[in-house]
Amino acid sequence: MIELKDIHKAFGTNKVLRGVNLTIPKGESMVIIGGSGTGKSICLKCILGLIHPDKGTILLDGSDVATAERDAFLARFGMLFQGGALFDSLTVWQNVAFRLLRGLLKRPKAEAREIAIEKLRRVGLKPEVADMFPAELSGGMQKRVGLARAIAAEPEIIFFDEPTTGLDPIMAGVINELIREIVSEMGATAMTITHDMSSVRAIADKIAMLHDGVIQWTGPVEDMDQSGDPYLDQFIHGRADGPIEAVR
Amino acid sequence: MIRILAHIGSSVLGILATIGRVALYAIEAVSHIIRPPFYIKEFAQALLYIGYFSFPVVGLTALFTGGALALQIYAGGARFNAEAVVPSIVAIGMVRELGPVLGGLMVAGRVAASVAAEIGTMKVTEQIDALVTLSTHPMKYLTVPRVLAATLAMPVLVGVGDVIGIMGGYLVGVTRLEFNAATYLHNTIDFLESWDVVSGLIKASVFGFIVAMMGCYHGMNSGRGAQGVGRATTNAVVSASVLILASNYILTELFFSA
Repeated sequence: MIELKDIHKAFGTNKVLRGVNLTIPKGESMVIIGGSGTGKSICLKCILGLIHPDKGTILLDGSDVATAERDAFLARFGMLFQGGALFDSLTVWQNVAFRLLRGLLKRPKAEAREIAIEKLRRVGLKPEVADMFPAELSGGMQKRVGLARAIAAEPEIIFFDEPTTGLDPIMAGVINELIREIVSEMGATAMTITHDMSSVRAIADKIAMLHDGVIQWTGPVEDMDQSGDPYLDQFIHGRADGPIEAVR
Repeated sequence: MIRILAHIGSSVLGILATIGRVALYAIEAVSHIIRPPFYIKEFAQALLYIGYFSFPVVGLTALFTGGALALQIYAGGARFNAEAVVPSIVAIGMVRELGPVLGGLMVAGRVAASVAAEIGTMKVTEQIDALVTLSTHPMKYLTVPRVLAATLAMPVLVGVGDVIGIMGGYLVGVTRLEFNAATYLHNTIDFLESWDVVSGLIKASVFGFIVAMMGCYHGMNSGRGAQGVGRATTNAVVSASVLILASNYILTELFFSA
């Protein structure tokens, strides 16, 4: 279980997070929605320790992440980055097996390659892709490789940062389905950030709406359309009028 | 007036803060050199790129510099009948000063720029964050192999460059200035001391460290987007070049002041 307690983060005078409180139970798929620049990615990065919150506590299974042993802590996570964040200088299989080729989870090279090819197959890519470089792949294929890398070491917790951004609707649907399937079959705890409402409906067990640096609403995805929350209502229907200021 | 003073003050504070950040970064990088894990493959790749692939640019620079130096010393020496000093001055000038400094500046242009651009691009495309989430320390994986490779490769590059530079002077001396080939070589070897060579190689090692450190530091601190990476690249080359020239003066004072 991941718990965020009163998380604050500012960049200069810009207070991005102003007291975020959120609980993600084990095995659940939580989707955080909200406008651009509301601090959704900052939340993920705070949990991973990529950014340090100014105030507040983040607990993973009851232990403060700030005092956790870094390697063992990070070994529990997988992350799919918005742009894929694949390493240009490495082949696809080396990207996927990155964690299996070094550190705590190191395996023999042949075994790591086999696992990488298996994970590529799991996300719908053929073994021939394994020896290509990321620059030779389309955007959709890069997302799949990023997804394969995120699940390669079978993490307990997976983060997805804007998994469908930049993809056409059909490819976005495919990625959404893959995420849902993989999270269900691995029994992983998932946390997704997205603007894409079709992703929300496909991936989420629960959703949290982040606005003005705080969680405005949280609840099961089934309750989303009847929430009665004006912020959530405006966001999911994409209306220009409402409590969320739209800059024209 | 107060506004001008405030502007000067904030600029000075900014420069001091940057120096502090670079120093802390360098100390952290050095501390990681001796602590596992070690990324041997990344080190070998950096050695190949910084050392082997910089050889043509350093070699050509040394060749033409040695030739030009011979012409200049001959022309200058002719004013007081000291043309005979050409071989020894070319040799000493190359190994003590021009070899390491020009080699360092050429490598700064080539390596600091590409390292800053590569790491800067990795930063803006979240590859550095991805490294962290994959339990890999960016300092160990990206900075240490490059800094170590540049520090070790530069003396070798400059050593070879010194030989080529002296050969450039020899070719010009023998073919254009009508020196006797055997006498030229004899004078070169006779007047060259081992400390001349060693001091140049130590300088080269320091310059290699500076080049890689500036490339990595500016890459890691790159701003967002293409403009941020472009600025990081420029800053890396400029700061590496200035630091090479400044440290060259300090090292020369240390090595040769009476």
